[in-house]
Amino acid sequence: MPETTPDSGSGFSLRRSIQKVVDFSEPAIVGLIHLCGWSAIIFVMAIFYFVFSESLPAITGLEEGLDHAEVEKLDMVEFTTSPKWIPESAKRPTFGILALMIGTLSVTVLSMIIAVPLGLGAAVYVSEFARGRSREILKVLIELLAAIPSVVWGFIGLVVLNPMLVDVTGEPVGLNILNAGIVLALMSVPIIVSVSEDALRAVPDSFREAGIALGANRWEMVYKVLFPAAKNGLLAAVLLGIGRGIGETMAVLMCTGHSVNMPTSVFDPVRTLTATIAAELGEAVRGDMHYHTLFLIGVVLFVFAFIINLTADLIVKGIKVQGNE
Amino acid sequence: MKLTVELSVIATLLTTLTLAGCGSKDKTSQGDAGQTIQVEGSDTMVNLAQAWSEKYQQDNADVTIEVSGGGSGVGISSLIQGLADMANASRKMKAKETARAKSELGVTPVEYIVGQDALAVYVHKDNPLNEITVAQLEAIYADGGTISKWSELGIEIPGGSDEIVRISRQNNSGTYAYFREAVLQDNDFKLGSIDLSGSSDVVSMVEKTASAIGYSGMGYATDDVKMLNIKTTDDGEAVAPTADNVINGTYPIARPLLIYTAGEPNETLKNYLAWILGENGQAIVSEMGYVPVQ
Repeated sequence: MPETTPDSGSGFSLRRSIQKVVDFSEPAIVGLIHLCGWSAIIFVMAIFYFVFSESLPAITGLEEGLDHAEVEKLDMVEFTTSPKWIPESAKRPTFGILALMIGTLSVTVLSMIIAVPLGLGAAVYVSEFARGRSREILKVLIELLAAIPSVVWGFIGLVVLNPMLVDVTGEPVGLNILNAGIVLALMSVPIIVSVSEDALRAVPDSFREAGIALGANRWEMVYKVLFPAAKNGLLAAVLLGIGRGIGETMAVLMCTGHSVNMPTSVFDPVRTLTATIAAELGEAVRGDMHYHTLFLIGVVLFVFAFIINLTADLIVKGIKVQGNE
Repeated sequence: MKLTVELSVIATLLTTLTLAGCGSKDKTSQGDAGQTIQVEGSDTMVNLAQAWSEKYQQDNADVTIEVSGGGSGVGISSLIQGLADMANASRKMKAKETARAKSELGVTPVEYIVGQDALAVYVHKDNPLNEITVAQLEAIYADGGTISKWSELGIEIPGGSDEIVRISRQNNSGTYAYFREAVLQDNDFKLGSIDLSGSSDVVSMVEKTASAIGYSGMGYATDDVKMLNIKTTDDGEAVAPTADNVINGTYPIARPLLIYTAGEPNETLKNYLAWILGENGQAIVSEMGYVPVQ
């Protein structure tokens, strides 16, 4: 490569060499960005492949016994409809996840009943009513709430909420759906608030002005103008909250009582799918039916997440189509 | 050009992965060299193992012992995967686990009985109950058992509900397995118990819950809980969970505490095990509230 002599216009040579660096590094940067984009897909696929392949032996059959003579197969009907989860039975292991599914759903539903009104209300307040300092302080505090680790939330449920619920409800133990629902609600409120606040801020001010000009009071403006306009974002916020509820592990492990139980009221202890995996996978004998079944529970959680995301997509699309008409 | 970039990225990733692989390999070979002993396993034994390791390291500065709990199943699983040098277990290894150790490590695990533990049945300190029969325990805990209220045992809990709150352990705990074997005659547990993942968790839960009953190692007793005396038969004598009663064999729910090594132990492990089984190690066993082996 011919060197330019130092005296032949140094500014020009510098620019040229910068240009060279840019020419050379640009493809590298483009490649890197491509890799980042693809990595998300690759990781999801890899995780799905791993979880699914580890769960497969439970469905297709597993060679049991030291001589590999008997083939054990998971009874799928029992798996989905039996409330009995006794994987380490000395007599006959039973793998039924109905009670665990009900546990997960009941805790999530209760937490959403608490968190959605609270979260949306807080978002409306922060975005529409709070002004100046108080608004900034509130935003920071809510973001701080989101940064609290889930094990700390679990600890609060175990140590603070548990005796309180015993006192208030008169139940013998305060570790139940109500406890986990409250803790989970507090955990998902910050997510719901920040996402739905963004959605509300994204509504142009002209909408607000038009509403007020038509004689709406502020409540009517929020309820009849902002909510419909920010529908997609608010829905995304709620679904993110539900996702958090279903996926949360540590806090619900500590707050639900971790008891395989078909609940009849919110004061009953339950056990969730995630907590079961967390508590048992570490000790399940690798290659055992118990081990593969825990992965199958992972697949069930995958399916739940997929259904939630799909529903969200469809609803959002539906709203768009309606909006276009 | 693009290809080169991608190749270099892949090369970097591979190097990182290989280096990470080397790191973990180094760790295991260190253990083999005899400087570090990795001990993992039973929650019942974790305090005991900790006390042993502290005392032993004071006298043998060249040996580092790392102790962690997690449960008997975790310890045995780590032993089989080569992640631990010794597994503490409050239950015997299952045939399946022994078979796996043989196929994965090519060795038969060696078992050492290092102490004994009485499984105490705990109730809240205000509970008026003082003794219980094994049959009553079975009726409380076993699937299909008929007792679910304290009034059925003829007592009333001051300030608590009549419903018996059953505290149990997660299903891979050695304590769970032993209680099932010794009290439930290998029948399944009644579902709906609160399953906790640590020995001391059970005791602290019973402390806080007036109408609870739970089982855990007798070493975990505190002032806020009561240990019930156990009767084998209705008209038999109620036996307290004490070291003497475990040694003379009258306390019905006591079990051996075990340590497993993968095959014959190396020099470092052998010395440590000999020390545990010797006078100093066994003195710590009694200090920690367990029962020494003769």
